[in-house]
Parts: sequence; structure tokens; C-alpha cells
Amino acid sequence: MNAPAEFFDYGPDSIIMAGLNGRNWRLADYVARGGYSALKKILAEKIPPANVIAEVKRSALRGRGGAGFPTGLKWSFMPQQYAGEKYLVCNSDEGEPGTFKDRDILRYNPHILFEGMAIAAYAMGCRRGYNYIHGEIWDGYERCEEALGEAYQAGYLGEDILGSGFSFHLHNHHGYGAYICGEETALLESLEGKKGLPRFKPPFPASFGLYGKPTTINNTETFAAVPWIINHGGEAFLELGRPNNGGTKIFSVSGDVERPGNYEVRLGTPFAKLLEMAGGVRGGRPLKACIPGGSSMPVLPGEIMLSIDMDYDSIAKAGSMLGSGAVIIMDDTRCMVRSLLRLSYFYFEESCGQCTPCREGTGWLWRIVDRIEHGAGKNEDLDVLLSVSDNIAGRTICALGDAAALPVKSFIKHFRAEFQHHIDHKRCLVPDYV
Amino acid sequence: MLSEAALRKIDREIAKYPAGQKQSAVMAALAIAQDEKGWLATETMDFVAEYLGMPPIAVYEVATFYEMYNTAPTGKYKLTLCTNLPCALHDAAKAAEHLQQKLGIGFGETTPDGLFTLKEGECFGACGDAPVLLVNNKRMCSWMRPEAIDQLLSELAAEGRQ
Repeated sequence: MNAPAEFFDYGPDSIIMAGLNGRNWRLADYVARGGYSALKKILAEKIPPANVIAEVKRSALRGRGGAGFPTGLKWSFMPQQYAGEKYLVCNSDEGEPGTFKDRDILRYNPHILFEGMAIAAYAMGCRRGYNYIHGEIWDGYERCEEALGEAYQAGYLGEDILGSGFSFHLHNHHGYGAYICGEETALLESLEGKKGLPRFKPPFPASFGLYGKPTTINNTETFAAVPWIINHGGEAFLELGRPNNGGTKIFSVSGDVERPGNYEVRLGTPFAKLLEMAGGVRGGRPLKACIPGGSSMPVLPGEIMLSIDMDYDSIAKAGSMLGSGAVIIMDDTRCMVRSLLRLSYFYFEESCGQCTPCREGTGWLWRIVDRIEHGAGKNEDLDVLLSVSDNIAGRTICALGDAAALPVKSFIKHFRAEFQHHIDHKRCLVPDYV
Repeated sequence: MLSEAALRKIDREIAKYPAGQKQSAVMAALAIAQDEKGWLATETMDFVAEYLGMPPIAVYEVATFYEMYNTAPTGKYKLTLCTNLPCALHDAAKAAEHLQQKLGIGFGETTPDGLFTLKEGECFGACGDAPVLLVNNKRMCSWMRPEAIDQLLSELAAEGRQ
């Protein structure tokens, strides 16, 4: 894998992606950047696991995969006294449309993930871990396999790490094309060699996870933030962001911008600043709409986006969610019906079929949006779409149902006139189709 | 059924999982088998089932659930183009049209010479490189504008005829 032709830096406030150039991914490079010092410190000073968890709690680190759940709190759910095997799993099954940040961590800075996982394993008493990698980014899987070999060789992973008595065996596992495996219990099923069908919860993975054992699953970027927290303290991490929204966040900016790519900024950075880092809207056109957190999150009109800051609470207040940090930009030439059609097809295609409301409902949504787009929409269709959405959301085992419903509801809420125009005039309101 | 080299690769995968959890290696084993055979015939899946001590039906379930397994023969090069929204915003529709026109086939079809199969894919997680295309699952091609597609197709055609 060659260094990318268009590699660029992730922004001045980067901590996870700081100092990367696309080629310096090896162990020696990572150590030269100060890598593995947090793990060494914990092991040398024999810091009690509870103190590590307390530090992560102080940092206000929240899950970077989509749900935004407080990481330290999640770690504290693991039974400390449990005598048997406990597992640690990294969710690198990054397939939420618009998201491509974990890919860059895996291929350009794999050791920061391994170090973060080793620290987490120490804190929760896990001896075995798996890094589940999205099957489509095969080069990322191969990169991680190679880097993992380096880490074992140097004694940062495996039996009796750095002579401390602490052991952690980590392995990479690849998916092979199923969006649903990004859902944590589907991922566990997949890791067990089965179809990725989400499990009923409770029991939650902390009590019944991989092979029925206590398991904690975090996103790649979440683990990657941990070494910095240990080195600099939870308080310092928190101060990078805002109260309840600690640290930096990597935003994957795609769609109609001059420079699509990953930008790591402090949580609370104004959206306008992030957009500017990405070179602004392509061709200097007006911003029509933006999905701020990956395709499953509600779309927001451009004028709302331009007035908000990029952190969990601010985006939620504006009516959407930070999600995975995938910022999909759409300019004024984009047809909202056409855009929603593509997303609705995605959820229909990726529904695992386990729950009737999702299996059948996603098909309804797609077919109705399809007929509106193609000039066969009926007057009652918008209400039917909203009613079908309401009957999917909250009525399924996992969040894919909600993920299919939220875009539909938000597209209609903010761009109803455009949908109505399609129905009334059998054609599009904007000239240039997606 | 599978080569010695393939079996050694599968053994390495099995070793990643705890004793008694060989089934966890099924996804990797099927990918390895597919790389060697081109697609997963029933007898190939039966062999993998036997090797991992799984009921064959459990292997079929996995092979048919995940998109990247070929449960039918494909062309020598399976080209999967992402057309999801972020790629669509970077002219994936044009890329699709260009591929279909150049190859003379639609999505889900194979060229008469058996060289290319064209598929429509869902998000690969590389939206910054849109539009993106996968060659035989494992080679990611970025920024696939018409000129890049032309270059890729002639490279693969030359390689494929050897």
C-alpha cells in the first residue's frame, strides 16, 4: 500500500492523527511519537484498574461509533470480580454511509488503537480481544495484521506484557459485507461465525457478550483517544472540548465540499469552521443541507447547520445527532427526494430481516419514495411515509429500524415542499439531479 | 479440495479464537476458499463445514448473509461500485453509466468473455475517495472518474488475457 497521493493533515488540534503522513504507521514511528508510553506508565506504576476507569470517566469521552455513550461508564459495567474469561472488542466495522475515519486510524495509526485496547483490557480485566474490521477495507485489515505482529514482537501484546504479569491477546477479524454488523450484538454474532443478527437486550454484552462472556465493545476512535487521556489526564482531555463533550472528534466530511476528508477538531468547534477546513461548499455554491452524523441521523437545512457547533449536545439541541461524525454536505443543486431515495434503498437492502417492522417497513419506505421521485407519487404518500416511519422506529430489536426512519422523517420535515412539488408536478424542483 | 497453502491460512485464523470456537474462523475460511476457487460452490462450503466441524447449513447461512461472498460464478474480475449517497454526490451515477457502457453489461451481469462482472455495492467506508470501486473485494480503487475507470479496465483486460 503506497502513501496516498492526496494525503493531507487532519488539522492543528489533532491528537489521534497528529504527526501522521500516511507512511509513518510502523511501531518504531509510533514509539518515536511517544506511543505506548501510557501503557508503560500504567504497568510500571501498577495503577489500579479502577483509577484508569475513573480517569476515563473524568475525561467525558463518549463513544465515537454513533451512540455517544460515556465510555468510562460503559467500562464500569464490566463485572470486576468475574473469575472467567472476559472479552474486549473493537468495532472497526465502519459502514455508516459518510463515515471513513476509522479506516484512517487502522491504516495510518494502528498502534494507537492497540495501545488503547491494551489499556482498556487492563482496566476491565480482559485477557483476550478482537478488532472487527469492515470487510471492504481489506488493506486496512492487512495493515492491522502486520502492525499487530510488530506489537507482539515488541512485547506490547501477548503474555506477560513488558514483564508486568498482565496479559492481553488481541486479534484482527474481518467482516465480509454486512452493514448490520456495526450493531454491537450483531457484530458479536458475526464474530462467533454466524449471520449478523442483532440480539435482544438485555442481557447487555457486559453480562452476556462474546461466547456468552462479559464483553465490552467500543469504537476504534474511542480506543484511540485513551492513550492521550492517560498521558495528559482526563481533565485535560475534557478541556479540549466542552463539558460533557470531552476531547477532539474526527469528522469525515464528504459530498459537496472542495476537500472531502477527515478533520480532527475539538468538540464544540463551529460547523462553519469545519466546513472552511474542508474548503467550503464545492464551487462556492450555497449550502442546502447537511447530515451531521452519518446517514442514519436527521438531515438539517444549511442555515441551521451554519449556526451550530459540532458537539453531541449542540447537534442534539438543533434536532439531529453527532452520530459517527460523518458530515455529508449537499449544495443547492441537490434533489432531496433523490437523496432520500438512495438512503432508503440502503436501509431496505441492509435490513437483516429479523424484525417485521424493519424488514417490511424499509421496503415500503423505499418503494414510496421511489414512486414520488419517479412522478407517480400520490397526495397521501407523505403521511403514509411518516406513519410507516413511526411504526418502525422503536419497534425493532436494534437501531437499524430507527436509522431507516429518522432520515425519512427529517427529510420530509425540513423539505416537505420539495416532496410535495414532486407529487404535484411529477418532476423535480431542482434542475441537477444527484 | 483446498490447497495446502489455503489450509495453513485457515489454521492461522482458527488459532485466533479460543479452543472450541473454530466456527469463529468461518468468515475468514470462506474468504480464503473463495480466493482460491473464485466462488463458493456447495462442495466448497461443505468442505469448509467439515474442516471447521460445523453443520453445512450454518456455513451456507454465513455465505449467503454477507455480500462479498460469491455464491455463483463471477467473471475473473468482480467490480463492485458504491452508489450510496456520498459516492452519488461525486458522480457515482456517471461512473456506473460509464462502466455499463464500456463493458456492455448492466449491474449483476458478466461480460460474454467471462472477464468482468459488475455489481452495485453499499458503503465501503471510504467516502472521502468517492466514487469508490472494489476489484474482487480486496482492491479499493479511489476517485473513479471516467478516465480512471478507462485506465483500470484496460489494465485488468491486459492482465486478464495473459
